[in-house]
Parts: sequence; structure tokens; C-alpha cells
Amino acid sequence: MKPETFPLGDTGIQLLFGNEISEKINQEIRQFADSLRRYPVNGIIEWVPAYTTLTIFYRPDIITYHEICKVLESKYMDLQGGVAEPTSLIYEIPTLYGGESGTDLDFVANYNGITREEVISVHTGQDYLIYMMGFMPGFPYLGGMSPKIAAPRRDNPRAKISAGSVGIAGEQTGIYPIETPGGWQIIGKTPVKLYDPDSKNPILLSSGHYLRFIPISKSEYDEIENAVNSGTFIVKAKKK
Amino acid sequence: MTSPLFQVVKPGLLTSFQDLGRTGYQEFGVVVSGAMDDYALQMANLLVGNDRNEAALEVTLMGPTLKVLEEAVISICGGDLSPTVNGVKAPMWKSFRVKNGDVIEFGRPVEGARAYIALGGGFDLPEIMGSKSTFLKAKLGGLNGRPIERDAILHGTEAGRGTAGRSLHAAEIPRYRKEMVIRVCLGPHLHAFSDSSIQTFLSSIYEVTPQSDRMGYRLKGPRIKHQTSADIISEAIPLGGIQVPANGEPIILMADRQTTGGYTRIATVISTDIPLLAQALPGCLLRFVAIPVEEAQQLYRRRAKLLRVLEMVARSNR
Repeated sequence: MKPETFPLGDTGIQLLFGNEISEKINQEIRQFADSLRRYPVNGIIEWVPAYTTLTIFYRPDIITYHEICKVLESKYMDLQGGVAEPTSLIYEIPTLYGGESGTDLDFVANYNGITREEVISVHTGQDYLIYMMGFMPGFPYLGGMSPKIAAPRRDNPRAKISAGSVGIAGEQTGIYPIETPGGWQIIGKTPVKLYDPDSKNPILLSSGHYLRFIPISKSEYDEIENAVNSGTFIVKAKKK
Repeated sequence: MTSPLFQVVKPGLLTSFQDLGRTGYQEFGVVVSGAMDDYALQMANLLVGNDRNEAALEVTLMGPTLKVLEEAVISICGGDLSPTVNGVKAPMWKSFRVKNGDVIEFGRPVEGARAYIALGGGFDLPEIMGSKSTFLKAKLGGLNGRPIERDAILHGTEAGRGTAGRSLHAAEIPRYRKEMVIRVCLGPHLHAFSDSSIQTFLSSIYEVTPQSDRMGYRLKGPRIKHQTSADIISEAIPLGGIQVPANGEPIILMADRQTTGGYTRIATVISTDIPLLAQALPGCLLRFVAIPVEEAQQLYRRRAKLLRVLEMVARSNR
């Protein structure tokens, strides 16, 4: 479907690719964003892919709304000719489940009438598509968690959830990139930094790729944490 | 060479370093931040001979007290928060020299909410993801990710740099009133609202409430009813986006807004009216007028041209 376009004030334009959350729409948006990256349009500052939309911010002293509409339409037409799909990676996120690192693992298990081990096995048993990034720096909106381990948010949000915490809220799972208050049920923690403002690549993840949680022990956690802190740890990522 | 230029005697209500914002990382969820009033920031910089995007101190309502440690050229633009140097009224929208031992102070807010102190040569700050702006919630950028604190020493890149005595033509100095007409482009979620609720939005007066900060302004006024749901599938949100949650009371998204959001938006404030809005205090009354995107872009281009011309003048006098 040809995307509908809407102006967002004088410096933004939104392309709407559909009305539901689906991997197919995500793929289309990703292809479009990829083409903006490979063939830059003068005047475009940046863009933000989301579940059903691609929002582009631009400078109207360089390109007008009507001009950008035309440019984007012809870009869309070009993409219909069939282009190579951009490669997707699966990032492996080592995660220590339960205990102090995942204080709500028991709650999630009890809530669903299964054991802790089963929660971990379901949670680590699949790849999650990163539909979009947002909410806070480096936070991935992940799709596809099994309803078998869904759990409501906490009635009383915690004042402090540490960076790297892995949580569940409803049928969503995610990782907190920075320390923040929050109401998610925390089931584990990763020593990997999703957000490191001082690094050359401050954000680890990006939309359109996948993520897989790998269960690790406390000693593995400590080892990886040391490597992360000394800058020698590299997150494993393989082609999908 | 970096040199200590100011000592913070009193930090003020909320004083933080801001430039034009951290662009290019929104797709990763990194908040843009930057000066609330980007017009005043750019003017303050041009007056002292800086690049427009240089970081300045954004002063909120109750300003700081700064002791000058070494000669410097500064300018103060934006809201009139009664700046003084050694107790004598300091000029606004004009660059001037301060000397070792001088004390810069602020008094009663007279007009507007935010002022910008630019320093000739710029403050010495690290660039994080291409920007020196402070994003307080993530403790990112500026001076250790925080507002300036008592006893902190603020460094400049080069003491005494910049051109003093340069001022702005009166016609280019905005007035900030208690009642403002704010121009918007309607959309994108007009289908979520009935025609009559869009009329309500455009024909009513909305008051800025005290629940307003760098992230957004909560408004009080006639409720805007939804035809369908108040929620949407999360998507990117622009500066000046006006979101309407289920309670029908609009929120205008400002510099520290999240990059994405899940509420319907009825309109977006045009970029040339954002600086006015940045100067609105709680109690300010807003009326919204819808204009076509083409007209909004003409206004943008006019302002961009003015800033470009002043920049050329500033460069040729450097």
C-alpha cells in the first residue's frame, strides 16, 4: 500500500504505512529508511521509524513540503521495483535471571502457573523483532513475546530500576537502558550496556534487527560485566 | 586554552547549558533537548560573535548569581529576568564586556520565562552525540548532565574573546505577552476528533498550567473530545506537537519531549512560534490559529534568512 503522508508542522512529514503492528509493515518502513540512508535527500535532517509510520524531519528552507512529498513518492516507486532486503542481525543479550537481578521472576511464574525455569525457557526460546526505538535513549520496543509469560505491570511502580534490567509488562518485554523509575516486572538483568553516551556508538540496538536473550550464571555475569567495563566486551550478533 | 570564567554563587531555579539540540539520534530514542527558545539562543550567540549553535546558559525565571573571574564578552537575550552587573541594570539583546570581580545577578521576572547568557568564544563543554545540550532526565550532556550548581566553576574556551557593543535592531526583539496567539498546522490525527471538537480547540482560550516544564506544557481549557480512541500505535512526536490524552486537555510537547508517544495529536505548533511559547509562564492564555503548512514554511524561511544575514554580518566583523 502506498503510504499516506501528513505534515507534522512545518519541519516534519509522516508516512503512514498501515494500521496494524506487523513484521511486513516493519520491513517496508525499514526498507524506506534504508534507502534514505543510502541515497540522502538534501534538506532531510533525520527520521524515526515506528510501528506503522516513518517520520522525517527536514529543513523547509532547503526543501518544501510539496517537494519532499514528490521526492518521497518517487523513492517509494523505486522501491517497488524490488530491492534487496537490508540484512537483519540477531543480537545476543546475556541475561542473569531471578535472584536479586530479577526480583519479579517468582511473580511472573506464579501469575502464569508455571515454574521459574519455564519462564526463563519461554523468554529465551525465541527471537524478538525490534519494531522501534523510543521512550528513553536506547530502549527497544520488542515484538512477539509469548502470552504464556505475560504479566501485568506492578501496582506500585519502583522508584529505581537499574540499567540493564529485563522486564515484562503485559505482553511486552524490554530492557531498561538507563536507571529510571518503572512499573515493569523485572525478571533478570544484562551486564551489556544498551546505552553508553561516552562511547563512539552510544546506542547498541536499532529497529529492524532482532534480539535473543541468553541465560547466564552469576559468574558469567560478573565476567561479562568486567569485560564491559574495561571496554573489551563485544555483543555477539549474527545474521538472521 | 580553557580558562575559568565564572563562579556560580547561586545556581538559580533551573540553569542549564543548551545549544540547538541533539539531532540525529531520535531514531535511537535519544531526546533532542536544546534551548526552549531557539531564537533568543541564536541571537545571543550571534551578538557575541559565536556560531548560532554554540551552547549558552538557559536561565529559568529566577536567575543565577555569577561571579566573573576573568574578562569576558557576554550577551543576555530572551525573557527579561532583570539582569544586573554589580547591581546596575544590564543591557539585553546587546553584547557587553564583564571584568574580573564583577557580579552578574538576576532579579524579578518582568517579561517572559527564560533568558540565555551567551559567552564570546563559547563555554568549554564536552560534545556528546554532537551536542552540548543538557538532558536532565538522562543526566546527559552540559556540565555533568545537571543544572549548574553552587560553587561550580564555568570555563570558557578563550578568555576575553568576542565583540562587545553589538546590539539587535529593535524590530527583531520579540515581546512576550500574557496572552499569545499561537499558530499551528492541524493534524495528523484529525480523524480521531469530531469537527466540533476541532472547532473547540481553535475557538477557545487555553491556560498554561503550573504542570509545565521543558518536556511539555499542560493546558487547561475546554475539553477536546475524541470521536474514537485517545490512543494511537506509538510513533515519533515532533517539537510543538499538541497531544490530547483521554481527559481531553491538550499537552504541548517541548524541547525535552520523548522521541515517541502514543496519544492522538490534534496539531503542531509552527516552528517560528515555539520561541514565543518557550517564554510562556503558567497563567499565560493561548489561542490557537490554524495556518496551511505552506504559510508556516514561508515564515520559517523568512526567519532562516534573517539569521543567515546576521550570521554573515557577525562573521565579517569577527
